[in-house]
Amino acid sequence: MPTAGRSPRAVLLRRILLPLTVIAGLVIVWDLTIRALAVPAYMVPAPAAVARALVKERAMLLDNAIPTILESLGGFALGNLVAIAAALAFVHNKMLERALYPVAVAVRTLPIVAIAPILVLLLGNGYAPKVAIAALITFFPTLVNMVEGLESADVQAMELMHVLSASPSEIVRYVRWPSSLPYLFSAMRIASTSSVLGALVAEWIGTNKGLGYLIVLTTYDFRTALLYAAMVVTSALALLFFFLVSILESLLVRWER
Amino acid sequence: MAPVEIACHDVSMAFATGAQPVQALAGVDLEVERGDFVSLLGPSGCGKSTLLRLIADVLQPTSGSIEVRGGTAMRARLAREFGFVFQHPGLLLWRTARANVSLPLEVGGWGRHHDPPHQPDDLLALVGLKGFEDAYPRQLSGGMQQRVSIARALVTGPPILLMDEPFGALDEITRDHLNQELLRIWAATGTTILFVTHSIPEAVYLSNRVFVFTPRPGRVLSQVRIDLPSPREPSVKDTPEFVKHTAALRRALAQGG
Repeated sequence: MPTAGRSPRAVLLRRILLPLTVIAGLVIVWDLTIRALAVPAYMVPAPAAVARALVKERAMLLDNAIPTILESLGGFALGNLVAIAAALAFVHNKMLERALYPVAVAVRTLPIVAIAPILVLLLGNGYAPKVAIAALITFFPTLVNMVEGLESADVQAMELMHVLSASPSEIVRYVRWPSSLPYLFSAMRIASTSSVLGALVAEWIGTNKGLGYLIVLTTYDFRTALLYAAMVVTSALALLFFFLVSILESLLVRWER
Repeated sequence: MAPVEIACHDVSMAFATGAQPVQALAGVDLEVERGDFVSLLGPSGCGKSTLLRLIADVLQPTSGSIEVRGGTAMRARLAREFGFVFQHPGLLLWRTARANVSLPLEVGGWGRHHDPPHQPDDLLALVGLKGFEDAYPRQLSGGMQQRVSIARALVTGPPILLMDEPFGALDEITRDHLNQELLRIWAATGTTILFVTHSIPEAVYLSNRVFVFTPRPGRVLSQVRIDLPSPREPSVKDTPEFVKHTAALRRALAQGG
């Protein structure tokens, strides 16, 4: 086609084929490097060995992926819900914002790897501490973005709502909430991948299932091919969440384009 | 003499910003009769937009009284007795033109408790946007967006229209065109219009009466009756009478310093 620059095919080429080519190139470089330098398999496995591990151990990988998926999703949902509720409360009550916002910032500065064991002590070995950590890691970006998003409402639209004698809940429904959606989604895109990271870190401490556990276990056992396979699955999971959030965004926030 | 729709008696307004309160308006007396087209003319920062917001009950005067249709400004706001057109359209980006126009019907359930005097589509046709009912604001030009906001202000059939430099941000060609449309709408609806502007020709072309304001703090310097024939056509701008009026207003403004 003469106008190839903007045709759907050209877009597909740039958006999907280009990054795939880069990834394929990196895998080839990886393969060639370990061959050239004769890196032992327990240090860095060959791409083909990782692929074999992915296929051979798929049942085990899936078994361990499920708890990680549940924890990430649970934490993602909880963290975002609490953050949205807090942002709505802050926007309507400045005193509350002044009192609690610094606390939220302070909690954020605590290293997540230090909080993880504390939460395991507090909440036990089950899903609860993992969900809590994934929620904690999700909470802050959403809170910050959501407060900004709710405040981003057009000044004249807000004056119009006053002229129309709108109630506070109507102002949120008609103006503040839709105005905040682009902000919420940019926070959720960050949270979609970091919630997986949160669940993973939580699984390093006190559990016997999950991709995080599998990563620690295979590291100690020098089952490096499986370790890499677990990393690939984790990464694919995070990418999938990111992708789902992006799709949801393109469905709900059409006016930004 | 037609009944008085808007009456301001000795209205003063000071903003408590910073160390020194800023005096925006000082002892403003003003009356607008039913069916009139009245302009408030003055330099930027003379408080004419502030006066409009006092009448709309968006702000409260420091002293003095404001009566709208025989009651308080608040009563008039709650009864939706005026529509407000802002300098910037303030449209909700996630709503189509039609949905933006019907917003005042939705807020507070107004459309359920009252018989809407106009259909949103009819109003969009009235402002010359037939065929753009399903367009989103981002797909419309600045002038078209302002037309949507005029249709929105008219949808509840308010007896008064308050307009705050509605065409100030538009280019001159679009502005002339919309001035013409506004006169047509005024003739079609019989609405009382209070119009803020800092353009002398615009004030002369549109109004029956012009209140000239001094710079800050804003005071009514003089009141000028524009006795050009109605309905007005753009050609009136080339007549000696029109030039005489603009010259008189320019002199009046110069007196204010």
